[in-house]
Amino acid sequence: MPEVTVENVHKSFGALEVLKGVSLSVERGEVFALIGRSGSGKSTLLRCMNGLEKINSGRIEIAGHTLAGDAKALRSLRTDVGIVFQSYNLFPHLTVGENIMLAPRIVKGVAKADTLKIAREVLQLVGLSEKFDSYPDQLSGGQQQRVAIARSLAMRPKVMLFDEVTSALDPELTEEVLMVMEKLARDGMTMILVTHEMAFARRVATKTIFMHKGTIWEQGPSTELFANPQTPELRQFVKAEVR
Amino acid sequence: MTLRTFGFNEFGFLLQALQWTIVLTVIALIGGGLLGFAVALARTSHVKAVRFAAGTYIQVIQGIPVLMILFLSYYGLSLAGLELPPLVAAGASMTIYASGYLAEIWRGCIQAVPKQQWEASESLAMTRLQQYRYVILPQAIRISLPPTVGFAVQVVKNTSITSIIGFVELARAGQLINNATFQPFRVFIAVAVLYFVVCYPLSQLSRWLERRLHAGSNR
Repeated sequence: MPEVTVENVHKSFGALEVLKGVSLSVERGEVFALIGRSGSGKSTLLRCMNGLEKINSGRIEIAGHTLAGDAKALRSLRTDVGIVFQSYNLFPHLTVGENIMLAPRIVKGVAKADTLKIAREVLQLVGLSEKFDSYPDQLSGGQQQRVAIARSLAMRPKVMLFDEVTSALDPELTEEVLMVMEKLARDGMTMILVTHEMAFARRVATKTIFMHKGTIWEQGPSTELFANPQTPELRQFVKAEVR
Repeated sequence: MTLRTFGFNEFGFLLQALQWTIVLTVIALIGGGLLGFAVALARTSHVKAVRFAAGTYIQVIQGIPVLMILFLSYYGLSLAGLELPPLVAAGASMTIYASGYLAEIWRGCIQAVPKQQWEASESLAMTRLQQYRYVILPQAIRISLPPTVGFAVQVVKNTSITSIIGFVELARAGQLINNATFQPFRVFIAVAVLYFVVCYPLSQLSRWLERRLHAGSNR
């Protein structure tokens, strides 16, 4: 059974239809890259997957949960689906350690000693063990983003969503975040990422999906898709992005 | 005719009355704070009817003079057979007045916390209550300190309005002494100085908090 199934999903903001019947399915351990121009619907699709945006019709199943309206089911889904945002969104009034330990403790009821252990473990994974007691504003953008990833991982998610997580970072900091993500992918995490990092998508993503005008325009194994785009839209997009 | 002069005893009387001004201010801030907090939360509720009710409350309180609230609770309720002592009527009126403004100030502070903080905490599967308790309010409270202290200055000064119903706070005490001494300049300058002595440090505190919270971090 696929870890993520999206079936004929439609989503409109007012009169503007941003998703016009999107379907895809992701197996456990796969890494999917969603690429496309701004406004193609890729971020919206990602945000629909953990219920940050409500879909108008269609079906989404993710990590064994069916996306539905009621708040309790949605929270249960979210304990298994992590998301990382472009703007990090760490809690500025809490230290790095507190940022990471908060949700496991209050949402999942993990004992304090255990949350401490989890926090140390995920911080080590993102290479920031020494920043446990720092506040977010004492960290660089790349470090903040790695903490945001660690905060998500502390919930032990089955699926991780990444929404243009390196778009606000300069190239050097982008690299350190991508390295963490690559490590996660190698460790078998199921990941869906909206990205503009074409080289990263080609190297790490098992499959790449090119979105255009609210639909999946073209998709395939990443290496093939980039080497041999079938549609003029993707050809033009790849040319513009890789330049 | 034996007019008293404005001397040491009279000044002592003003100081005593100043205590009542402060008591009334504290009542207004605590009572108005609790009520205003509830209204601020209601104002940011997901439920439209709750939001609307809270909004109406704020509009009504801000749209009528404090004096009317005072008259309504003192004279209005006494007509209805409920005789309130001046302190209770004054305390209740100032509480209602403060709640209407604090609710609006705090609503603004809650909404000043970036939307992304809601999304991040929501995505970590927190309930709405947990989002408020652990993520939103700690940040909103920080933002709210300067305007709240600034508003406290308004409350201190506006307690003077309760002199109308015979509650002897600083302004009323000044009137009484002026009636006995007929030295309005001395008396009311003394009264004004006492208000200033209370309000000025509060204003400075508000400004200091604002500078500190701006210049420094988000912490």
